[in-house]
Amino acid sequence: MISCQNLTLSFGEKRVLDSFSLELPGRGVTALRGPSGCGKTTLLRVLAGLEIPQGGSLSGLAPGQTAILFQEDRLLPWRTVERHLTDVLPRERRGEAGSLLELVELSGEEKSYPAALSGGMGRRLALARTLALDARLYLLDEPFAGVDPARALRILERLKALPAPVLLVSHEPALLARADQVVELDGPPLLFLERKSNQKEL
Amino acid sequence: MGWTERSSSPGYSPPRGGGEYRKKLFDLLLPPAFWLGVWQLCAVLVDRSVGGRGNELLLPYPASVGRALLSLAGTGGFWGTVLASLGRIALGLLAGIALGALLAGLTSAFRWADRLLSPAIRVVQAAPVASFILLVLLWTGRDAVPAVISALMVTPVVWGSLSQGIRAVDRKLLELAWACRFSRMKTAWLIYLPSLRPYLQSALTASAGLAWKSGVAAEVLCLPSPALGGQIYYSKYYLDIPELFAWTAVAVALSLLLERLLSRLLARWGRGWGG
Repeated sequence: MISCQNLTLSFGEKRVLDSFSLELPGRGVTALRGPSGCGKTTLLRVLAGLEIPQGGSLSGLAPGQTAILFQEDRLLPWRTVERHLTDVLPRERRGEAGSLLELVELSGEEKSYPAALSGGMGRRLALARTLALDARLYLLDEPFAGVDPARALRILERLKALPAPVLLVSHEPALLARADQVVELDGPPLLFLERKSNQKEL
Repeated sequence: MGWTERSSSPGYSPPRGGGEYRKKLFDLLLPPAFWLGVWQLCAVLVDRSVGGRGNELLLPYPASVGRALLSLAGTGGFWGTVLASLGRIALGLLAGIALGALLAGLTSAFRWADRLLSPAIRVVQAAPVASFILLVLLWTGRDAVPAVISALMVTPVVWGSLSQGIRAVDRKLLELAWACRFSRMKTAWLIYLPSLRPYLQSALTASAGLAWKSGVAAEVLCLPSPALGGQIYYSKYYLDIPELFAWTAVAVALSLLLERLLSRLLARWGRGWGG
């Protein structure tokens, strides 16, 4: 079980996390829903080790065991689609680039450069690159921005089958309805409202 | 969720016809033709102002310089002189680029290196090149002076440009490199070097000209043998002004050639980041 307890983080005077705690299941997709600016992205960054909290603790997760998809694609204009994946895949998993591209429905674009991809395709490439990393927890910040809804739902179903849990931020009702569980948030500072398991209860 | 269409290739340009080719040829020939015309006009005016004796002491006619160039190119020593100067200055340029890049890396990575080295580099940048030429002449043999001076003049330019480039590298890409667990080497290869390419390109353009200017100045003052700068000095000494212009034209052509060559190499090297 991965969890964080009493996380506290302020940026200057602004308190973003104030004794925030959350438990995550061992696998499946957990979606975070909350108003813009409530601190969801900051929570993902803390879990990824990109922000150091001023208080609190993480359990079930060692440094370097997460993979994060940023809110922006952050693609390298000088690398092809295939290289984006082989650059991050561990040596023994280099052959998996093709199956990752299949997962995000980008097969056939191996030799394309980011400039030749649409916004949605770039987003899916960034997602595939994140999934190429070995991780005990995948943190995805709005992974389906610009992706057509039907495709986003198909990819979401594949994410649910990953061996590691996925924590994603989304505002899309259709996606939230298909996540294994949804955590309702408010803030800032980030406030846990409720957890809804199983889309039927939504 | 909005769905955006696949964007077209950014490098797209419409197909060219014969008119495009003629326009390109025109663009290529017009500037040199214009400036040759201006030169010819000035030479006529200067010649008339000194009584039309045609001795071309102050400003030779373009045709005289062309004749001098052809006559020089036919002599055995010409190519040896050109190659010797090219070798010295190219060596200095490459050493300056390597040293500038190394210093940019050091001063960007370590605060103590920046505090220690930046003032020294700025002093080198501001000091008169003639002072350095004479000092290096005292410290080393005359043959080494042009290469050392070229390197000294190029180093601060490359350092300045690359330091600026390093500061401008997208922090978000560096964060990505951290999140993707890239090693330092991998981060340098995949993030820093491609981001620095335009800065390196502009540094090369500025450096090639600077290396030639300073290197030839060093040759004029130190007279290593054989040397293009030495030939310029002797042309002045014997008041053979068309030949002085001819050797200057050779220096300009070599400077442009060296810059093109390095730019091509950089472009070819850049392709290795894709694929």
